[in-house]
Amino acid sequence: MARIGVFTCWCGENIARTVDVQHVAEALAAEPGVVCSLAFKYMCSEPGQSLLSRKIAEERLDGLVVASCSPHMHLRTFRKAAETAGLNPYLVEMANIREQCSWVHHDRKLATDKAIELVRMSVAKVRHNQPLNPIRVPIVRRALVIGGGVAGIQAALDIADAGYRVVLVEREPSIGGKMAGLSETFPTLDCSQCILTPRMVDVAQHPHITLHTYSEVESVEGYLGSFRVTVRKKARYVDIDRCTGCGECWTSCPSGKNASEFDFGLGRRKAIYVPFPQAVPARPVIDAKACLKLTRNRCGVCLKKCQAGAINFEDQDQMIEEEVGAIVVATGYELYDIKARDAGSSVSGYGEYGYGRYADVIDSLQFERLASASGPTGGKIERPSDGREPKTVVFVSCVGSRDRAKGIPYCSKICCMVNAKHTMLYRHKVHDGEAHVFYMDVRAGGKNYDEFVRRAIEQDGARYHRGRVSEILEQDGKLLVRGIDTLAAVPLTIAADMVVLANAMVPARGVQQLAQKLNVGYDEHGFLSESHPKLRPVETNAAGVFVCGACQGPKDIPESVAQASAAAGKVLVMFARDHLTREPEIACIDQRSCSGCFTCLQACPYQAISRQEITDRAGQVLRYAAQVNPGLCMGCGTCVAVCRSKSADLAGFSEQQVYGMVESLA
Amino acid sequence: MKIGYYPGCALHGSSNDYEQSVRACLQQLGIQLDELDEWICCGATAAHMLNARLATALPARNLALARQQGHEQLLAPCPMCSMQLLKANAELHDRRVRCEMSEIVELPLDASVQVLNLIEVLQQVSCEEIRHKIAVPLEGWQPACYYGCLLTRPPSIVRFDDPEHPQSMETLLRICGAEPVSWNSATRCCGAGMTVANEETVLELSHQILADAHAHGANCIVVACPMCHVNLDMKQGAIQRRDESLPAMPVYYLTDLVGRAIGLDDRQLGIDRHFVTVG
Repeated sequence: MARIGVFTCWCGENIARTVDVQHVAEALAAEPGVVCSLAFKYMCSEPGQSLLSRKIAEERLDGLVVASCSPHMHLRTFRKAAETAGLNPYLVEMANIREQCSWVHHDRKLATDKAIELVRMSVAKVRHNQPLNPIRVPIVRRALVIGGGVAGIQAALDIADAGYRVVLVEREPSIGGKMAGLSETFPTLDCSQCILTPRMVDVAQHPHITLHTYSEVESVEGYLGSFRVTVRKKARYVDIDRCTGCGECWTSCPSGKNASEFDFGLGRRKAIYVPFPQAVPARPVIDAKACLKLTRNRCGVCLKKCQAGAINFEDQDQMIEEEVGAIVVATGYELYDIKARDAGSSVSGYGEYGYGRYADVIDSLQFERLASASGPTGGKIERPSDGREPKTVVFVSCVGSRDRAKGIPYCSKICCMVNAKHTMLYRHKVHDGEAHVFYMDVRAGGKNYDEFVRRAIEQDGARYHRGRVSEILEQDGKLLVRGIDTLAAVPLTIAADMVVLANAMVPARGVQQLAQKLNVGYDEHGFLSESHPKLRPVETNAAGVFVCGACQGPKDIPESVAQASAAAGKVLVMFARDHLTREPEIACIDQRSCSGCFTCLQACPYQAISRQEITDRAGQVLRYAAQVNPGLCMGCGTCVAVCRSKSADLAGFSEQQVYGMVESLA
Repeated sequence: MKIGYYPGCALHGSSNDYEQSVRACLQQLGIQLDELDEWICCGATAAHMLNARLATALPARNLALARQQGHEQLLAPCPMCSMQLLKANAELHDRRVRCEMSEIVELPLDASVQVLNLIEVLQQVSCEEIRHKIAVPLEGWQPACYYGCLLTRPPSIVRFDDPEHPQSMETLLRICGAEPVSWNSATRCCGAGMTVANEETVLELSHQILADAHAHGANCIVVACPMCHVNLDMKQGAIQRRDESLPAMPVYYLTDLVGRAIGLDDRQLGIDRHFVTVG
């Protein structure tokens, strides 16, 4: 016979006001198997927990029901208390008589009756509870960081500095990400490269970091603590171990008219190139689409010039296997494609702004390159069409952002600050120039941010117009920017020499495919979903996979770095343990009755089910049955619902327990 | 190829030169226009200002007739007509509206008829086909392609080209050998039906369009709308009286230029009936 204890909580007035808790305690005392039933003012308090422990010992309880708030709130608390008193924590159940009863009802009599039924159900369940033990998972103390921008660099360095090994995978030929291309950063106007490049070098030289540039994650298998990752190292045509970075190859390469990705098309590069002088690794890569040798089997000058014998036109993509225990995703962002208007896309472009048609309409990352000392103009502000210094520049905010008609309802968060910074950089370089900004609102939340915007307006003379730009036209070599100043309520036309559009931030291309490989959720815009927006901001619903930086949502550099350190911290918390434990409430399959239909295998959202051979003593295969991988199972119960032979069951939520609860209501 | 044809009031009335041009050009390209029997008004600007049900019912009856007469596709060369037909078509996807309208127009209804504007019909002929039939390439022609307000708007209804920077006419005319100019007024308003009630406004707006085309090096304007043609061509004399420096700017329908390129002459296309002529 079971010996169950029932503890009904008043929750101060929260429950006791509507539910007659004393009556509930008395009613439950009569239930079969219940040996003690009490009501107490605050079960979660220290005296409440002591009462629980004392009664477990005194009454030799083998099952507990606490009737109080939501299990989300305090199940862990009561299970811990029970464990301290020597009872298996999985023999504790809760009945939620607060959120699901006292808070939502008024009639005291009816609420009390309902509370009794809720508790009775939990008692019925706990009768069938089995002691469970947390699952121990071994752990590979090695982390994979995907994306080598400022967030990925920060996460990789933090983990590596703590003494663990890190594999950093970057898609582009160099790490550095978007930040490496910025001129100066708000709100201090620090030189972006000056603060980033030493960190890039740290990554390259760190004994604990393995760097794979020009590489992508091909596939991910395994689970928390033990992932097997396949990385595709794209053919670079240059052996970066042999290469000395002398530069003979790219100075002699005759194919020099290729748009530089790093300069966002404003500059040109050779077919064999280092993306930018401070690149890490400072080794070139051959653009297979531009190289004369690879496209037409001519030239080959670089091969002849290379003293180190590093050029290899036969290079192929290579697959590399890496075993890691945790993964940090830091794939970052790109700018919304203002020209996009294909039927398949959920966002549409701004044909009225003439981007792509007028050479002098550029986006904010292009402006960063114009203002950067390492940019195509050496830091001189020159307009792309004719190289003249623009005397009037219009900066347009919210191009895409907060525009539901274009498919992007969210705020990109950085553009207000970027625009203010750009007006400053421009005015510092062109003293007699006019800088105009069209804005919806100025959102400068952040330490020293609003002060920075005020400085742009008050000290550097940026002229802010509250309103949208309706169209940009070209007339007599000028760009006519037509908009409205809603504060003055007048239509405004500014004859500009150059226009800079602050395009919305969108997740980097391909992040959805990566998320699918990792089983990480993403929203309708492709930003990766965190586990909880406030309390689990860098965790994802895939155990062992963490996110940081702009792949999770628009953010600036300080926030990305902070989040990267947070993600690294979470990885280190994992690595600090001897082994990982997981909740034991997972599915199991009775292979004796499993018919091998494998409906569960298709239904499982976590790929936790596999086929297993059932053999006789001689090793002869008799049949196949389903098997649950305890490392991957998240205990969702989908397999239980679809199993035709009733062979799947969920520990802690067994069919017996659930049917017991239903029957108790009859 | 045979295709349903909804002329609307303009092409049988004030803009019958447009109908002549459309018919001549499409025939040369191998498309027979099969005019809808017993078509009625599309509602144009009047109906939707007064009565929303009427504004759906009028085009819905035309769509029902097209269905009854076995047309899968229906060409409406006037963008006002094609927009109204498309708008009704979109509303007919709602079963409740469909039932109600079917009762009003006394004909069975579905949203199966595909409504096309003139440019879409030419695109359907395919660029290859047109290129193949070019007899007189339009060398030296620098048209400003004028789409006006309705061909691309409202974008959610007409779903045609980029609403703010359309390029479909340019693409077709390049095939014919012309060099369309890049200009600022492609989707501006010409004043449209205001021409009756408030001519001043129309003259002002149309003047801006003509001047902009000229400033960007165009030697003609190409339209695919009867109303645009009226305001830019018929009213050009009145505009020139306000601004004598404005040079004469011939205004052609899209089919006029494509027609010329494939070997038709001005009389066949009705170009001789335009107001502005250049020798």
